[in-house]
Amino acid sequence: MLRKGIFRRPHIALEGNTKQTKAITPDVPEELCIACPSCGKMMFSTELDENLGVCISCSHHLKLNARKRIILIADEGSFIEHDTDMTSVNHLDFPGYDKKLKSAKADSGEKEAVITGICSIGGINTAIFIMDPYFMMGSMGSVVGEKITRLFEFATINNLHVIGYCVSGGARMQEGIISLMQMAKVSGAVKLHSDKGLLYVTVLTDPTTGGVTASFAMQGDIIIAEPGALVGFAGPRVIEQTIRRKLPEGFQRAEFLLKAGFVDDIVERRRQKEYLRLLLSLHERNGENDVSL
Amino acid sequence: MSAYDVVLKARANGRATAQDYINGIFTDFVELHGDRRFADDSAVIAGIARLGDKSVTVIGLEKGSDVKDRAARNFGSAQPEGYRKALRQMKQAEKFGRPVICFVDTSGAYCGIGAEERGQGQAIAENLWTMMTLGVPVISVIIGEGGSGGALALAVADEVWMLENSIYSVISPEGCASILWKDSTKAPDAAECLKLTSRELYRLGVVEKVITEKLGQQQIYDTLSRLFSETITRIDSEGKEKMLEARYERFRKFGSYTETVV
Repeated sequence: MLRKGIFRRPHIALEGNTKQTKAITPDVPEELCIACPSCGKMMFSTELDENLGVCISCSHHLKLNARKRIILIADEGSFIEHDTDMTSVNHLDFPGYDKKLKSAKADSGEKEAVITGICSIGGINTAIFIMDPYFMMGSMGSVVGEKITRLFEFATINNLHVIGYCVSGGARMQEGIISLMQMAKVSGAVKLHSDKGLLYVTVLTDPTTGGVTASFAMQGDIIIAEPGALVGFAGPRVIEQTIRRKLPEGFQRAEFLLKAGFVDDIVERRRQKEYLRLLLSLHERNGENDVSL
Repeated sequence: MSAYDVVLKARANGRATAQDYINGIFTDFVELHGDRRFADDSAVIAGIARLGDKSVTVIGLEKGSDVKDRAARNFGSAQPEGYRKALRQMKQAEKFGRPVICFVDTSGAYCGIGAEERGQGQAIAENLWTMMTLGVPVISVIIGEGGSGGALALAVADEVWMLENSIYSVISPEGCASILWKDSTKAPDAAECLKLTSRELYRLGVVEKVITEKLGQQQIYDTLSRLFSETITRIDSEGKEKMLEARYERFRKFGSYTETVV
């Protein structure tokens, strides 16, 4: 006996209609494919995650969200976040800013473009801030400025060194002049921390530009960069428009900065935890930086 | 007058530049050149002068007077060596106990290959944090354009004042319009949104004083001269520790955010 409906046209599921896809091909794992922006190599996201967000073919360091970086750097379970509920306010009634904030929160799963707190790295306590590229490209507004300032003030009081991961398109124009003032505000807190003899290490990741480069990203005692990271004051497009010619290959990349003398070293992502632990241990101050975590 | 009308006024040819202010307010100006590291950037004028009978260090972002001079000075857009020249003079001011007076007039720090190679971001960053704890009074006056980080690099001060028709902004209205609306002709709308006029910035607490331009230029110089002397005397009388605390707090207070859980 013929099965009912055997000559019926097969149902073709629309792409993205997961319910249908699941029903038809139950055995295909739900893995997302990601193409390396540098060499084009296709990778499963799990494969990329296992390799710390570094391309398995060309070692290009892809963007990484702040939470994943915490996992890479901090001792397991040691991170205690500060100022978790601070969010931005559209104080200038800037057109479109509220909507932009809403979609940034959805895109990143974060409330703002930086997370701050304390953690231990290889058993050594430190204050740490990590900017998130998925929240408005890490742009610096009041919240970013305030959270980082508070972190430095906390670290100054508690004799903690600070490690800062930077990624930013610059100051957040939707907050007008107040975003510019954050550059001065954070710089002041960094200076007082430095004057107390405490260490500040910045890690520049792709891309770090504008007002962040022109303030706390460049104020570290020790400045390291991830391979290939774009770091500059003006973005490459703006420079090209100004000088009306193409920029040389590798311009403003980490390797260029190392040669020009603006970073201490380039450190691959997989070596960063050990590198930071070593720096912290070389700067250990007898029994001083032991705030209880 | 719309915000963009003010932008045009702030940029107008023939508007008094830093050199005019220096000539109009001080006597015995001795210009000092170079950053001792790379070059002399003529977008920055720096030197020592007398304010009444007091020696002061004067630093200005200078756009230039005529076409040739303006081109030579990069239209007031400083290179890293310009900011480093300013920093060198500020440190000397601290050594000799001289107050520092800065005049800001720039569309922004220069952006180009050389500027990046020599660390434009690093140069500005160093000025910001050095100025925050510089042990002498610092007063900055925005006399025309206050363009973003390139302006802030000379405006981390105990007091920041603005001429009535000057502007101070995180980005140029043209730049803002082209990023937001992909259309730089919408600059007038962007100028309105950015709140970059002296009136708005006074309201936001970003500047302590606005100097009216209804007076003639000579009266502006006389007014500034008097205000500089009064303010320096007041800051000096309060002592260094209080001055630095107040300077830190001046910038510490900026920011709007909420911490209530929604």
